[in-house]
Amino acid sequence: MSDLKALYQEVILDHNKNPRNFKKLEDADCSVEGYNPLCGDHYTIFLKMDGEVISEIAFQGSGCAISKASASVMSTAVKGKTRAEAEVLFEKFHHLVRGEMQGETGIDELGKLAAFSGVSEFPARVKCAILPWHTMKNAIEKNKETVSTE
Amino acid sequence: MELSKNILSSYTESILDTFPVEKIRRDFPILASRVYGKPLVYLDNAASTQKPSSVIEAIRHYYTAEHSNVHRGVHYLSEMATQKYEAARVKVQKFLNADSEREIIFVRGATEAINLVAATYGKTKLRPGDEVLITGLEHHSNIVPWQMICEEKGAHLRVAPIDDNGDILLDEFNRLLSEKTKIAAISHISNALGTVNPVKQMIEMAHRKGVPVLIDGAQAVPHLRVDVRDLDADFYVFSSHKVFGPTGIGILYGKTQLLESMPPYQGGGDMIKSVTFEKTIFNDIPYKFEAGTPHIEGAIGLGAAIDYLNLFNWSRVQEYERAFLQFAEEEISAVDGLKIIGTAKEKAGVISFVLEGIHPHDIGTILDREGIAIRTGHHCAQPVMKRFGIPATARASFAFYTTREEVRALVRSIQKVKEVFEHV
Repeated sequence: MSDLKALYQEVILDHNKNPRNFKKLEDADCSVEGYNPLCGDHYTIFLKMDGEVISEIAFQGSGCAISKASASVMSTAVKGKTRAEAEVLFEKFHHLVRGEMQGETGIDELGKLAAFSGVSEFPARVKCAILPWHTMKNAIEKNKETVSTE
Repeated sequence: MELSKNILSSYTESILDTFPVEKIRRDFPILASRVYGKPLVYLDNAASTQKPSSVIEAIRHYYTAEHSNVHRGVHYLSEMATQKYEAARVKVQKFLNADSEREIIFVRGATEAINLVAATYGKTKLRPGDEVLITGLEHHSNIVPWQMICEEKGAHLRVAPIDDNGDILLDEFNRLLSEKTKIAAISHISNALGTVNPVKQMIEMAHRKGVPVLIDGAQAVPHLRVDVRDLDADFYVFSSHKVFGPTGIGILYGKTQLLESMPPYQGGGDMIKSVTFEKTIFNDIPYKFEAGTPHIEGAIGLGAAIDYLNLFNWSRVQEYERAFLQFAEEEISAVDGLKIIGTAKEKAGVISFVLEGIHPHDIGTILDREGIAIRTGHHCAQPVMKRFGIPATARASFAFYTTREEVRALVRSIQKVKEVFEHV
């Protein structure tokens, strides 16, 4: 069960059960869908920008615990960050869930995102964890194309 | 007193106790393996079944002693390979109780068989405004080929709906059959829900309106003995790998008259009698539909799988599987918060379920680490999922080598899944 405990950490289970920013943003500047049809993870990410800063972010949809918690934790992590800062987090998160963190600045900086480190032991679940992030990236780039990470 | 006790015990002795499941398991080497240090519990038989030693050995022997191309050379090995390949065709013919081995076409699988019929029969018969009738239970492979040919020909795809249990509404099916219907395509057993459809009755309904019927038997052949003449099926398709044979090969059965009326599927070697740059004379059936060097070892492996199945008394296997499914449904449905999706009148081999508040994908990951292989997702049947308003299910599917202990292990692990999630 130790791998499983590393995957389903408290933070992930908590955010799955009580997702943050889980709503529709009526005055969003941009909303983008993320959809992995094989497993059925399906989210919409809403974004409100204030210049370069992500002033509001919210999401709706359904899917597995990993994808839902990832969307929720991501929303708390990038809110108030600039576009460039969000992109740095995007890269770091990718390295984290793919187990490619070696030699990079500390895992501590990632805060709650570090809870997703266990995903790297479950290659089939990486696509779940990164779906919200790719969707968010499209949204900050104002690319409205539906995203899939399958 | 002694006598009545004996009578009583013989009544209560269940086929679940007497069926030689442990003996059968020894025929399947992979079932003894361990994953993540735990005994493998293989409950994904609707996706693919495991292979008995005799099938593995038949393929090894073929490549060790008998391989060459078929229908080509005059030399010993080519003769040998041809003989084995054609012998497999006869085995399939007898397996399905077809009239003639000419009605047995080797294809890559059930999917290719349906595509073949759509691209040949569909292409020549469908006119703008015509209809193809399927059901709300179909696998994508019995939807998409028809959609493609309907779009090409300006025809329409009609769908006979299912009820909340996963049974086809037969009156609706009957009502949707009309003079516009050029073919009906129906699964024998649903891969997502396990519904056993009353295909004989449905074929009768269709024939009364002059509509030929294709039966997708991919999920049926591992659980039932199919008699295409008794069913009066016009086409019957299945995949070898779902019936304990190798992957990459499957069967299209078609009535002679229909197959002869259809144009070839692909052009190439083996499907011709003579070729000039001006004109090609196509070969007779079945070869007309088998362009190129076929999957020879696949056919031989499938033949070996059929030989293996012929060792069993199938009314007993079916009795066991029926009792087993009932046992498994009772065990699994006893889990709090678990809902079985698909409660048709007659079911075989499949239990699809959802757990309140836990996504099937998370169930699949946790069970996997317990050594348990199940399928999670939409099972290539998204319209079925939509009908039930769910994105996905977890599906445990059985074969005659599945044990009660494996079902108990599944139930114990589902409890663990709940513990992980209820912990918060």
